[in-house]
Amino acid sequence: MKIINYVSVIAIPSIILLILLYAFMEKNKVFDIFLKGAKEGLQIVLQIFPTLVGIFVAVGVLRSSGVLDAIINFVSPITNLLKIPSQIMPLALIRPISGSASLAVATDILNTYGVDSTIGLIASTIMGSTETTFYTIAVYTSAVGIKKIRFVLLVALIADIVGMITSVVLWGIMS
Amino acid sequence: MLNILWPIIIIISIIFAIISGNMEKLNSSIFESCGTAIQLSISLLGTICLWNGIMQIVQDSSLIKKITKLLQPIFRFLFPDIKEGSKENKEISLNIIANILGLGNAATPLGLKAMKTMQEKNSNKDTLTNSMAMFIILNTASLQLIPTTVIAIRNSLGSQNPTSIIVPVWISTICAGIAGITLAKIFIRKSKTKN
Repeated sequence: MKIINYVSVIAIPSIILLILLYAFMEKNKVFDIFLKGAKEGLQIVLQIFPTLVGIFVAVGVLRSSGVLDAIINFVSPITNLLKIPSQIMPLALIRPISGSASLAVATDILNTYGVDSTIGLIASTIMGSTETTFYTIAVYTSAVGIKKIRFVLLVALIADIVGMITSVVLWGIMS
Repeated sequence: MLNILWPIIIIISIIFAIISGNMEKLNSSIFESCGTAIQLSISLLGTICLWNGIMQIVQDSSLIKKITKLLQPIFRFLFPDIKEGSKENKEISLNIIANILGLGNAATPLGLKAMKTMQEKNSNKDTLTNSMAMFIILNTASLQLIPTTVIAIRNSLGSQNPTSIIVPVWISTICAGIAGITLAKIFIRKSKTKN
């Protein structure tokens, strides 16, 4: 477990080190290029901000009204059977559908149960290791007018479930 | 879809709060949520600017060519129907690298270009080819090396160790990816024996 923590700690600094070292030795204008990319990042965040406010309010009232807890109680018999914490279910359900909504649900879970609690760590890992499957498939197939997607949706969803179960099992072992 | 889901969620929540007497909690949660959205965006602003800047350096240096070369053996396994050096080979590689680097905004246009190039050579225009199917499955697996958004959220909520999830994310991604690729390969083989 110590190795896992250590690799997690050194991952970002090592990647930055390698990239900067390489680009510097190649005599690129490293800081100018950095600024160009960082400015683009600014625009990305500004663009998603209104969406975030809308979705956060929706998830906030869903939680505070008690609806979310009712849903969690409703699905808990199934999740208990699969040994998945039922508090994770809202995230697991929304994750394949919408990126910004799952961001709001994940933040809500981290706020409610604690960032560094087991549930918080599982939610973080699920967020990082899965994608908005439905959205991706829709964009990529509709752009070229494909109607028959064969096995793609089934396989992608099974892969998502494998990723989620792995996250739960991993933190079960580690904590 | 959010045009339907968003109002329904809020309407149901408010009605539920009236019935269950949670109105006070709901009222304060509206403003708390706006605050959380701002807090998260500020935190995202820092992380995403930094990471986008660093990844721009990768794009503008010759590192991107090096990574493309490194990916070729995996590429041949995943896309046996696509010739090395072809247009779609290059576009798919760039899309996968953009995904690995966490440049979602760059990855999608590159991916759509690759889809268009593959569609030109598709003899059955309304059905996905094997390569297209594999390509989409790769894009639904989260290939990114550093989960920057999650780290930003964890950081903004005061985590003791925001990056502690990096290795678990890698392990989960790899398990999900192997499951996806293996299943896709099995389905492709099945459809070949059928024909």
